[in-house]
Amino acid sequence: MAEIKIPEFTKEEIKEIRKTRTAMPEQDAKARGRNFEEVTIGFTAEDALREANRCLACKKRDCVSGCPVEVPIPEFIALIKEGDFIGAAKKIKEKNPVPAVCGRVCPQESQCESKCALGKKNEPVAIGRMERFVADYERVNGGGSSNGQVKKPKPSGFKVAVVGTGPAGLVVAADLAKLGHEVTMFEALHKAGGVLVYGIPEFRLPKAIVQSEVDGIKALGVNIKVDSVVGKLYTIDELLGDFDAVFIGSGAGLPMFLNIPGENLNGVYSANEFLTRTNLMKAYLFPEYDTPIKKGGHVAVVGGGNVAMDSARTALRLGAEAVYLVYRRSMEELPARKEEVHHAIEEGIDFRLLTNPVEIVGEDGWVRGIKCVKMELGEPDESGRRRPVTIEGSEYVIEVDTVVMSIGTGSNPIIPNSTPDLEINRRGYIVADESGATSKPGVFAGGDIVTGSATVILAAGAGRKAANSIHEYLMTKVKA
Amino acid sequence: MAKVLGKEVLRSDLIALKVEAPEIAKKAKAGQFVVVRADEVGERIPLSLARISPEDGSLGLVVQTIGVTSSKLGAMNVGDDIADIAGPMGHATPIKNYGRVALLGGGFGAAPMYPIGKALKEAGNTVTSIIGARSADLLVYEKELAEFSDQVLVSTDDGSKGFKGLVTDVLKQEIEANGVDWVMAIGPAIMMKFVSLATKPYGIKTFVSLNPIMVDGTGMCGACRVSVGGKTMFGCTDGPDFDGHLVDWDLLMTRQRTYLTEEKVAMEKYSCSCVPSAK
Repeated sequence: MAEIKIPEFTKEEIKEIRKTRTAMPEQDAKARGRNFEEVTIGFTAEDALREANRCLACKKRDCVSGCPVEVPIPEFIALIKEGDFIGAAKKIKEKNPVPAVCGRVCPQESQCESKCALGKKNEPVAIGRMERFVADYERVNGGGSSNGQVKKPKPSGFKVAVVGTGPAGLVVAADLAKLGHEVTMFEALHKAGGVLVYGIPEFRLPKAIVQSEVDGIKALGVNIKVDSVVGKLYTIDELLGDFDAVFIGSGAGLPMFLNIPGENLNGVYSANEFLTRTNLMKAYLFPEYDTPIKKGGHVAVVGGGNVAMDSARTALRLGAEAVYLVYRRSMEELPARKEEVHHAIEEGIDFRLLTNPVEIVGEDGWVRGIKCVKMELGEPDESGRRRPVTIEGSEYVIEVDTVVMSIGTGSNPIIPNSTPDLEINRRGYIVADESGATSKPGVFAGGDIVTGSATVILAAGAGRKAANSIHEYLMTKVKA
Repeated sequence: MAKVLGKEVLRSDLIALKVEAPEIAKKAKAGQFVVVRADEVGERIPLSLARISPEDGSLGLVVQTIGVTSSKLGAMNVGDDIADIAGPMGHATPIKNYGRVALLGGGFGAAPMYPIGKALKEAGNTVTSIIGARSADLLVYEKELAEFSDQVLVSTDDGSKGFKGLVTDVLKQEIEANGVDWVMAIGPAIMMKFVSLATKPYGIKTFVSLNPIMVDGTGMCGACRVSVGGKTMFGCTDGPDFDGHLVDWDLLMTRQRTYLTEEKVAMEKYSCSCVPSAK
């Protein structure tokens, strides 16, 4: 471990550095567009120390209220300033067990950093970049994820089943295991991590980082059963027979399509399929790995969220000559993180905004193009965003051989269908209260299967709340 | 991980494996399938269940060794481990007393017909199994199907055994001669298509077990999109059984050919790596 030199800034120097955020070291845009390595390289210790000194340590602490899990942000930054990086990581983990993940994939600009007092006049403090730095530092220098480094608690005698190994489930499992409960996780796929493994690409979230989080949770004594489709192999009722409580964090995994002509042509993928083939199955390493993928020459990705950005940038890295991002509203309404949009533009993704697909054109069963109409923004709709309206006669075809539909996901019906007394809403999601309790006693739920597709940190936050309520629930069982 | 407990070569390209999977065996019903990954670099492929044995905690799988995964599985021996097996996926075939049923198994499709036919027989049906091949030596599963069938009818292209012609001809004869109330076909898409076309004029309900390309098998990826009655459905979670008269067969067959080029590349690489080195 290199010795940490604490810089001593003069008042003038501090005034100066507060003006601009410490830049994030990145791979060159041209080079990275052709490899799957992580785009951002991460802060050095010097970068983190500089950035920590930008924090005003203000009394209002608005950044904390901007965080869905209320990470003690000023406190962890103060520890960085002292050079105690491992202490800072532990401080974050009091509230967020997966900082290495959240530091990379959270939309900080609309959460903590949007509330930063410094951001009113200057650029806000780069909270996410520091979060990532201390989490990575701890992983390398502190003997792995600290989730696995607690003293073995006294066994409570209670058993909890956690369905799904994505962010919500991982947090529930870690929290409950630390309280002495015996936790078994059930994963439908062959690898734990949920969307962190099948969905978010390597270049944005290296799988080794997810694996270290999973390993940390295993080190707590959590048993992870892969290849176990709950709803098929075991019903929730059967789990309730073997466990004292069940948490469902199965995510929102059902891909949606536009229902336009040509969507079943060869070469049309859901973003879920495109990303799962690439990330989970490692199709980018085909034929070293057996799973193939069409490495399109010209690819259109339909949608404007983070998953659409991931799909477009994945297509580029697979070797596409041109990648179009087709989105029906304008840049302003684009729901993806600013950083992802910025990276996508830098890498050369061709944004076709205010453009709406109406048909996928084919020949002999294969995609040959995507027919679109141009849109203009009209009056605001119920979401408050200006409603896109078709411009008559503006139809045109973008010639592509691959189309990736990234227009959102719905609720997978396997668990609701096999659990008749579990209340679901009209969109098919499980109804759970603020604490994660469902209509079924002993069954809790959280993350995308309750909210519909959202963010990693919201799922992690829901997991933490549910873990607390499950613990409380189990404790009342003791009294009874 | 699932251990190979038994292996039988049914035909040079058809291998039956008995696999240890007690939890799935306890839950699986006739007509369901599993998703299998042979090894750590393997692809996930769906395989129908040829045997479901909760009593000894095993499943029977029959693979036709045409792709990399099926070849890897076919090359496994007793005691080897299959990296992953997940299921039971999909819906079970609806088993009830239909009356006189005809079951058509084409190639590897005769194997998954076994648990379905057995269940139909136990439900009180009169079961006619119909199998066919180019010639007598390529026929498989005749003996097994005979265990529960009231009759097993055989056709060969060259007439070396049974009726000279196609299984659809045998089916038509059976319909004309004795009447058939319900038909099920499992096999290559082209065979299921022609069985469905044969029964349509008679208005006989015809079930088919579709085999589109899949990845997860749980409804997450949508690779297995099929069009049934003009509606897009997922083969994995809505199927695998569908009404054969409503299936868009041409779409299914086109989509099955998506990775033909890549499959060739993968197969060449696999064949090279499999050539035994000189000792």
